[in-house]
Amino acid sequence: MEAMLHITTLHYLVLGAALFLLGVIGVLTRRNVVVVLMSIELILNAVNLNLVAFSRMWGGIHGQVFAIFVITDAAAEAAVGLGILIAFFRNKETVNVDEVNLLKW
Amino acid sequence: MAPVATPFFFYLFAAIMLIGGIAVITRKNPVHSALALIVTLLAQSSIYLMLYAPFVAGVQVILYAGGIMVLFLFVIMLVSIDRSMKERQFNSQWVVGIVAATALAGLFVTVYIKGTSIFPDRVLPIIESDNTQKVATMLYGQYMFAFEIASLLLLVAIIGAVVMAKKRI
Repeated sequence: MEAMLHITTLHYLVLGAALFLLGVIGVLTRRNVVVVLMSIELILNAVNLNLVAFSRMWGGIHGQVFAIFVITDAAAEAAVGLGILIAFFRNKETVNVDEVNLLKW
Repeated sequence: MAPVATPFFFYLFAAIMLIGGIAVITRKNPVHSALALIVTLLAQSSIYLMLYAPFVAGVQVILYAGGIMVLFLFVIMLVSIDRSMKERQFNSQWVVGIVAATALAGLFVTVYIKGTSIFPDRVLPIIESDNTQKVATMLYGQYMFAFEIASLLLLVAIIGAVVMAKKRI
């Protein structure tokens, strides 16, 4: 009970790990490309949560700055990923990842 | 300002985040997934506030929930989702995927149980309120080069997205 009422860094890390696992499950099992990209966003958010929690733990600000860089990367990744998705949909008329098998033998 | 009822709000927002995350990966309609992801992101920004990171919380709301998710919703409107909603939602390797995720979960649990002593178990000092100023000083001082590289990355991403989404170049 004591461990439940006293929020430490470990609580935030466990929450981040749970969110990361949800993202991994989404990436590995879903067939819809849009949902796969959203699962990647979940993974990036789990990393951000860890960075900010560590930044709080050490009293510094480096973790927060790094989290902002990760958000920038997430924006770039979403833009390029959705551009590829539109090109893919124009060619195949589907958003199913299982049908992206041109390079598969 | 000292935080009020930290455990209660931590568990509340953690529950909202996890329920939202589960909804993201299980909903059939990608629009519902996107809305659940927005809920998750907003709850996470509240967690950032509890961690004394107001600037990151603001960036999370404006850029993530406001920018990236609108991009997602626009693209969902551009592609037709009627057909994909009628199909099977999970691929044939979902058992392997769940097993791999469970193995990863076991790894996390082991590391966190063994590594509990690494993290200092004390009440942390409250950081003073000039958080945004500190982040700005850091971004334009120590991380100047990384900041410029990030702007270049965004430029490349914009050009890449336009080229990719254009019908003929």
